[in-house]
This record gives sequence, structure tokens and C-alpha cells, in this order.
Amino acid sequence: MPLPLSGVKTSEEQAEAKRLEREQKLKLYQAATQTVFQKRQAGELDESVLELTSQILGANPDFATLWNCRREVLQQLEMALALAELGFLESCLRVNPKSYGTWHHRCWLLSRLPEPNWARELELCARFLEVDERNFHCWDYRRFVAAQAAVPPAEELAFTDSLITRNFSNYSSWHYRSCLLPQLHPQPDSGPQGRLPEDVLLKELELVQNAFFTDPNDQSAWFYHRWLLGRADPQDALRCLHVSRDEACLTVSFSRPLLVGSGMETLLLMVDESPLAVEWRTPEGRNRPSHIWLCDLPATSLNDQLPQHTFRVIWTAGDAQKECVLLKGRQEGWCRDSATDEQLFRCELSVEKSTVLQSELESCKELQELEPENKWCLLTIILLMRALDPLQYEKETLQYFQTLKAVDPMRAAYLDDLRSKFLLENSVLKMEYAEVRVLHLGHKDLTVLCHLEQLLLVTHLDLSHNRLRALPPALAALRCLEVLQANDNAIESLDGVTNLPRLQELILCNNRLQQPAVLQPLTSCPRLTLLNLQGNPLCQAEGSSEHLAELLPSVSSILT
Amino acid sequence: MADNLPSEFDVIVIGTGLPESIIAAACSRSGQRVLHVDSRSYYGGNWASFSFSGLLSWLKEHQENSDIVNECPAWQEKIHENEEAIALSRTDKTIQHVEVFCYACQDLHEDVEEAGALQKNHASVTSVNCTEAADSACLPVEDESLRTTSCEIPAEQTPSSDPERALEVNDVQVTGEKENCCDDNTCVPSTAEKETSENVPVAEDTAEQPKKNRITYSQIIKEGRRFNIDLVSKLLYSRGLLIDLLIKSNVSRYAEFKNITRILAFREGRVKQVPCSRADVFNSKQLTMVEKRMLMKFLTFCMEYEEHPDEYKAYEEITFSEYLKTQKLTPNLQYFVLHSMAMTSETGSSTIDGLKATKNFLHSLGRYGNTPFLFPLYGQGELPQCFCRMCAVFGGIYCLRHSVQCLVVDKESGKCKAIIDQYGQRIISKHFLVEDSYLSENTCAHVQYRQISRAILITDRSVLKTDSDQQISILTVPAEEPGTFAVRVIELCSSTMTCMKGSYLVHLTCTSSKTAREDLEPVVQKLFTPYTETEIENEEIEKPRLLWGLYFNMRDSSDVNRNTYNDLPSNVYVCSGPDCALGNDNAVKQAEALFQQICPNEDFCPPPPNPEDIILDGDSLQPEASESSALPEASSETPKESSNLRNPEEPSK
Repeated sequence: MPLPLSGVKTSEEQAEAKRLEREQKLKLYQAATQTVFQKRQAGELDESVLELTSQILGANPDFATLWNCRREVLQQLEMALALAELGFLESCLRVNPKSYGTWHHRCWLLSRLPEPNWARELELCARFLEVDERNFHCWDYRRFVAAQAAVPPAEELAFTDSLITRNFSNYSSWHYRSCLLPQLHPQPDSGPQGRLPEDVLLKELELVQNAFFTDPNDQSAWFYHRWLLGRADPQDALRCLHVSRDEACLTVSFSRPLLVGSGMETLLLMVDESPLAVEWRTPEGRNRPSHIWLCDLPATSLNDQLPQHTFRVIWTAGDAQKECVLLKGRQEGWCRDSATDEQLFRCELSVEKSTVLQSELESCKELQELEPENKWCLLTIILLMRALDPLQYEKETLQYFQTLKAVDPMRAAYLDDLRSKFLLENSVLKMEYAEVRVLHLGHKDLTVLCHLEQLLLVTHLDLSHNRLRALPPALAALRCLEVLQANDNAIESLDGVTNLPRLQELILCNNRLQQPAVLQPLTSCPRLTLLNLQGNPLCQAEGSSEHLAELLPSVSSILT
Repeated sequence: MADNLPSEFDVIVIGTGLPESIIAAACSRSGQRVLHVDSRSYYGGNWASFSFSGLLSWLKEHQENSDIVNECPAWQEKIHENEEAIALSRTDKTIQHVEVFCYACQDLHEDVEEAGALQKNHASVTSVNCTEAADSACLPVEDESLRTTSCEIPAEQTPSSDPERALEVNDVQVTGEKENCCDDNTCVPSTAEKETSENVPVAEDTAEQPKKNRITYSQIIKEGRRFNIDLVSKLLYSRGLLIDLLIKSNVSRYAEFKNITRILAFREGRVKQVPCSRADVFNSKQLTMVEKRMLMKFLTFCMEYEEHPDEYKAYEEITFSEYLKTQKLTPNLQYFVLHSMAMTSETGSSTIDGLKATKNFLHSLGRYGNTPFLFPLYGQGELPQCFCRMCAVFGGIYCLRHSVQCLVVDKESGKCKAIIDQYGQRIISKHFLVEDSYLSENTCAHVQYRQISRAILITDRSVLKTDSDQQISILTVPAEEPGTFAVRVIELCSSTMTCMKGSYLVHLTCTSSKTAREDLEPVVQKLFTPYTETEIENEEIEKPRLLWGLYFNMRDSSDVNRNTYNDLPSNVYVCSGPDCALGNDNAVKQAEALFQQICPNEDFCPPPPNPEDIILDGDSLQPEASESSALPEASSETPKESSNLRNPEEPSK
């Protein structure tokens, strides 16, 4: 028996046929595009535009201008066409289920329909998510539909459940949970970013643990875990208040960077119980959100006629206030929260009951034993330890940092900075009364300086033997600083040493200061008298001492 | 009609089992003239699937053990002087130790018959062995339609020598049946939700009114056409050779598949689900967090074990089960990996073999669903027919109920040159493929066969109840004593189109050490309980009840060396019957190897050309009538078929 066919086209013939077909398509595409643009220009927004654009968009739904054309036409024509439009959109989505233009157009259309069929839209989302459960365009659209149709959050939560069950590596689904759960379990005491009730929290933690024990390298679960544990922003608070008679200046330190309006509606100053109008500014003079705000005080507020002056600062927006007293004959007065009884830095992970955190820590340690090199697990352990008791776990935390750096060398610098931040936080937490003024931060391998706003009262600061590359602008927060030692670092710039009203001695031996020009900021420190630059490259340059003397005429002693 | 058969072919294939059918399709696809015959009235040989009544007829044939000697023209006188004859066997001796048990209530309505039976062949079914356990009434001798499978061709049309006619009949039967009993032709991947909702009423009925839903024997008979009972119980690995071949050759469009929904294990007297995919592990309630990590870690390693030789090299000398003990795995997990994923035994395989088997399992996982296996709707017996259909599309000629009396060997060249069929017609060919069971005792005198022990059960509920009653499960029960073999249990639900609603079809398979019943009954007793009239109080822990059961042994000719057959000419090739393994790799490998011998340097089942690329002989050139019949078939069939039978690859894209 012969074959039931007498021949098959050769591959050349096929290729040629394909090429011709493509050429034909291109011609049609270009012609249609041109016609649409001409009609649009001429204002002929009729159904033929719909027809033409649907031909093009049907093949390529990512042509944003054509969607605009369509909207213009649809706005003019009757909405009877809208139903056909829904069908057309669905066919476009089948061509490209991740087209921004198509989903957007559907949103637009649905919000214009007099009686939108939301149930149908939810069903459409479910269908598209069935095909690709990680299609975030569709998730977006689903959230839109659910909001419009007022779908109960419990139903939507059950929907995320079902998709997580199928494949838990799904950022969108976890994210949606984080939106739905606070809606489902509103907590009266915790504001918009409220915590979850403990039973719900424990259930979520178990779910997410299932995910990261199954696959610890899947980041989506770790992100959700972090959200579960860290969602309480602390209330805005005034941390510290300082009055200096010498500089006739009052300084306030906030718990987070805030913008203080010039109108005084937000930060009120009461001197001896009567309001005083002052100009608030930040130390560096750029009135951006800042931890530190200060104002000049008039002489009358500081005179010696009374045995004491009382300064009360009220932050109206955050319902916080602080008071300090300047006694007669004293140069300064202050009031500072004792760091240890406040959870100064725990906003990283929230203030959840420590039993929950403790059991999370146990699970993560268990996982870490099985997966000693999993970076997410190590990082979470560190964060949990900090949330639980940063001082008790300090040594362990540092060991975990070492392991983490070894397994994730790509992020070594990030980890160094994080470690520096934690060490500084610990130093602040450990501050005894005396250290409020004299603080040693030497030999800590610091790479970055954080939380300098906590050091508002420090007069003597030792940063020697670290790995600092700069003294950052935030250093300007140290309004009381008199002596700064930063020997044996890798400091290249001194941007932060500006406008320090009391700075007298600056010791910078063995750093990497290259050019005398980097010392320029020091000119703004009026009391600077001693500057030690020994062991810096700029000392090697010829005539450097003369140059420096010229640059800093008020500094009486410059050692090179 | 028989003398209408052309007298010359390139390849004659005797037997319509899976390997033979694949070879027939491949040869036909490469332009060979193929004659494909089977002495039976159905396709597939020991690979066939039967309706319930079809199975009863098949049983009768094998129980009677009759040597039906047809009155055939003596072929001896047709052998010329310079020729020799190799006689072929006239009876099928591959099935032994058949035992049937009926436990279901047998309300003796005399004229119960299979619904939809088209014709009645008033032949009586033999009374079968009755169980001593349950209702002692013997299976009554009753009038029973002899219709076998969906593919049976009515007697007056067989043997048909007209290819188009044969194909057409086959066509109508197959599609017609599908339309009848399957309103949701579910394609891979199947949707669990759909199944659930569809079958919810059934589930509720069972719970609330168990009396009403009790399945009686007459119901089984009545709904007999809902059953498609496989003689061999196999599954397709989602990345196995057969799936690859089905996709490559586009034969997949003739079949539909369902994903196996769960892997089960039998441990400490209880049936448990084995979590094997990532989603399973995540959702598992029975594993601890640490176990989840251990299992995932080990499975991830198995996926790429070859790249980490240092992790297993030291254990190469020991068995896989010993190796698992050295790994960070709890006994529970070791059991799952050893028996349910690697599907090997305590002593059966080395570390490397075990790792290879586990990798193979995992490799197929996730292609179409959460388990590595697919099952063809309407039963495994569909697969040989799919390849036969492809063979016919490319011009192969089919004759069922057409036996071959002998092979004719040319003395001088020592090669086979023709066959003589049951009508005494001599048909010349270049190559001859014969399935093992057709070879005579003389030819097989020195061959040692292994045996497969099989049991087929109809039960009333699943071995592991879940929300959905539409689960397809595979369960491996390890061997208990040395010298015996692990038993593979495959439980099919009604949506596989192999059993009636509310029932389950259970296949048990193992390599024989004794008779099938001796091998398998202990496992049956562990998992099931005979059907009884009295309602048992505690429904929850109750085992599924047996309604009907069958044991038999099947010959396993898969590892027979060709040289052990006596005096076969070099152009006579032997295909084996089904092997005991779970997958179909053996059949595909064998088919490809034999095809390469017949057609060296030819592509094995390449994809058919696109319909638009085919240049038909067209109107201008009208070929002779007999040949043109196949022609429109090829062109018209392609678009028609592809619309409702999808390539299994498609959903994953």
C-alpha cells in the first residue's frame, strides 16, 4: 500500500511560505495602525476604529495608545458595546495574560458599566490564576474586583489559602493575606498597622513555617514571616530634650525622623508654662524630616533671675511631651529616656509576646541545624534574637553574623552595616548614666554609624579602631560633642563634622584623608582647637601644614 | 472476504499487544506495507481491557482450557518442496490459575443483561468458583451477551479484509462509547474540584443511605459496559518513554489521560498518603516540620545525585534501604522513599539503583500534576489501539479473528518468506513479527518463563477515604517473607471510565512466586473485607468491601533471550507479552529496537506532517479504488480528531 499522501512540502518551501505569511501580516498591521492614527487625528471616533484596533490589539495587546483610542471611542458610543468589549478583552488576555494595557482597560470598563457583573469577574480571575497562580496582574485585578464587589475578606482569604496550597511560592498570595488579615481581625489598640490576635498569628506562623521547612530557599515565605513578626510601628515619642545656656539653644530628639512645620502647630515650646514662639531647624539646616530639631532661645528664657527655668516641648501630632529644667548657675539641662525600659530599637520586629518569638526562634534554630547554610534562616534568627533580648543574645548574634557573611558573601557589606547598627543599638541600650556623656565605641568593627540621634548628650566619643570610611552628616546630631577620637579607621571624608558647636578636639590618626580640601567642613566648628592628622596621606604632601594652617586659622594646634 | 487480502506485504505483525502495535505503526508510518493480524476477537492480546461481560467471556475461554481446533484447510499440503513450515500455536497458554469470587448480593433475576448490548450471543457463561467466605450462592448460569470490548467487530463483518471498513467500525465503536458514558471527557490535567462536585451526590448517598446504594451483582452485570478492566495493570510515567513516543508521534490525540491523584503507603497496618511533591510536603499534616525539611532535602539531592558522588560513593556496596538508614531520615520517611518512590524492596536494590529509581520517580513528578503517573481513560487497553489506528491511517491493514497457521521458511536462504492463514491463503512478506504467545511449544521448548500474579477486584469504597471520592491511587505493599515480591495495588475510581459509579476497580500485581491467589490473597485480606449483608457499626475504620474478585497468573515473556527460541529465521522477530514493571518502557524499547532491525536508519514514529503541508494526490490523479480508501481518512481525520483529543503536552505549556 502506498502512503496516503503523495508528498510533503520541504522545509525550504515551508520556510518560504512562513516568510510570505509574516510579510503579509506586517503589511496589514502597519496599514491598520496608520488608519487608526489618521482617524483619531480627524476625530472620526466610530466603530470602525474599534474594529481596526481590535485587529491589532488582538495580536499585540501591549499597544497602549490604541487602548486609549478605544476608550475615546467607547466614551462616545453607547455602552451596549461594552459587553462585546468584555469578550474582546478576554481574548486579548488569552494572547497575553500579563498585559498591563488589557487589565487596565478592563478596570476602566468595569468601573464605567452601570451594572457590572462582579461574580463573573471573580470567576475570570480564578480562571486566569488557575493557569498561572503567580500572575500578579491578575492578582491586582482581583483585589480591584473584590474591593468593588465588597467580597468578604474571609472569602478572599480562603481563596489565597487554596492557591498557597497548590504552590506556596506565591508572593501575591502571601501579600494579599497580609492585607486581608488585619481587616478580618481589627485590633482596637494598635492603629492602622495593627497586630494580629495571638491565635491568628500562631496559625499564620505555622503555615509559613510549613513553607520554609519545605523549601527554605523560597523567599516569599520568609518575607511573609518577617511581616508577621514585624508590623508594629512604635508611637512617635520625644526621646531627649536638651537646653544649653551657652549656645542659647534647645534641642529635641524624636524617635523617628519627623518634619516639624514652621507654623508651630505641631511642636510647641512652653517656657515656664508660657508658650514661646521659636523657629525650629535641623542641625544641618535642610528642613527635611529629621530626628533632631533645634531652636534658638531668647535671652529672657535663660536669665538667672529665677532659680530655674522649665522647658516643656509638646508634640501635638503624636500626643507626646517632655520637660526639662535648667537650674540657676548651670550651663545645661536635659531630660532623656532611660534606654533600657523603652523598647528603643525593637521596631525591627514588633512587640509580640516574647513566648511567640521564643518559639519561632526555636523552630528557626531547628531548621538551621538541618540547613546550616540557609541565609534566610540565619538572618531571621538574628532578627528574632534582637527582638527578644538584644543584649543577652549579643555574642550569639555576632557568631550568626559571621556564619551569614560566609554563606552570603555577596551581601557582606550590607551585613557589616547591619551588624554595626545592632552593635550601636546595644551600646546605647547599655549606656550607664556616665556614658550618656562619655561613650567608647572603639574596637567594634563598625562600618557605619547609625542612631547618632541617640547620642545627643555625648561630650566625649571614641570611635577608634573601627572600619569607618566616613563621618556621616548625621554626626551633626551630637550637639554636645567636645572631643571626638576616630583613630585607626579608613575615614576619607568628614562631611559630618559640621556645625558642632562645642567640638574642641578632633583626633583622626591613621586614616585615609587624602586632600586638605576634605577638612573644609571643620571650618564650621567654632571651638575646634586641636586637630591630630598624623598617619594620614595628606600629611605626606609637601607644604601640607602651611596649607592646613591657612585653611583652619582658628585651630591652634594641628598635628601632622 | 479472506481472499480479498493482498497477497504481499513488507511487514506482517501477528498479535496486537502494545509492542506489536507500536512497531506496526512505526513501520506503516515509514511507508512499509503492513498487515496486522490477531487471532482474537479483540485488540491488545494480554494488554487488552474488557467490559465486565467481556471479561467473563475471556474467563470462560481460559477456564474451559479448550483446544478449539477449527476446521482449517490443511496447510501442510501448501508447503512446497524447497520450504519448511514453522507451525504457530493454536491456543493461548499464557493465562493460568484463574479463580473468580463473587461476594456481591446475587438477586437472581434471570434476564439481567448488560445495558446497551447490541446483540445476544446465546452462549452460557460457565459457573465460576464461588467463595466459601461470602454468600455461597454460585454465579448462576445465565444468558449473557458475549460482547467483549468496545472494539469488537460484529461477527458478520469479521474477518474483514477491507482496511477502511475495519477502521471505520472501530472508530464508531470507540467514539460512540465515549459519548455514551463520559460527559466530561476530562483531559490532563484533570481538575479535582470538578470531580468532587460532580460526584458529591454519590458520596452523600453512601453516607446517608447505605442500603440504597448497595451494589449487587446484577447491577454490575447491568452496568457492565461502564467497566474497562485491564488484564495488565500499568501506569505511564509522565516522562517515560511511552509518553514521549505518544507526543512525538502525535498518537496522543487518540487518547485521554488522567493524573494519578495520590501515592499511598501501607505501614503499621494503616494506609497513609505519601507526600511526594513540594505542595504535598507543604500541605502534609502527618509530617513534622523537621521531617518536611529532611524529606525535601533528600529528594532534592536525589534529583541530581549524579552531581554529588561524594555523598553516596561510600555506600555503593550496600543496599538502598541500608543507605537510607545512614541518611537524615526518620523511619517513616525511609519507608516512603524505599517502597513508594523508589518502589524497591529492603534487599532488592543497591544504593545506585535506588537513587536512580527515586530520581526517575521525581523526574516525572509535576509534569502533569502532583504525582508522576498518568492513566489512560478507558483503560490501558486503549494504548495498543491508538497505535493500531495510526498504523491504519498510514495504510496498514487490520484483521482480527484471523489466525495464522504457519510461517513458511525458504530452505535455501533460511529466511521466512510467507505465512499461511486460517483460510489457507499464502501471504508473502519480508519481515515477520510474532508475539511470544503465538509461538508453538516446539519453538519455545527451552524457554523459561516467569509469571505475573494478578488480582482484579471490584470494591465499594476507597482504601483511603478523603473528601473526594474520585481518587486514583497507587499503593505498594512490601514483601513480607523472603522469596516473595512486593505487591503493587492500583485503585481506579469511576472517572477513569473503568468502573461503574460508586465502585472502585482495584488491580493487584506482583511477580509470581506461587499461584496468583496464594501470592495476593494475604494483601487482599489486609486491605479489604468480603462484602456482607450486615451493616457494620463503625463505618469510619471499616475497610472497603469486596464485591467481586478474580485471580490469575499471566506469562511474563519480557526477559526471554531470542536465542532460546528454537530455529527462528533471522527475519522473524519475537515480541514479548506484558512485563511486570509499572511503566511501559520495556514495550517501547523493544518496539524501537525491533523497528530499527526492520527499517534501519529510519526515524522511529516521527510526527505526522501538518495537514496543510500534505500534498494530496488530489483530483487529478485518482489512484486505484482499493487504495484510495485510506486516502481521505488521513486528511479528514487530522483536524477532526485533534479538536477533542488533546496532546498531553499542551496543558503544561
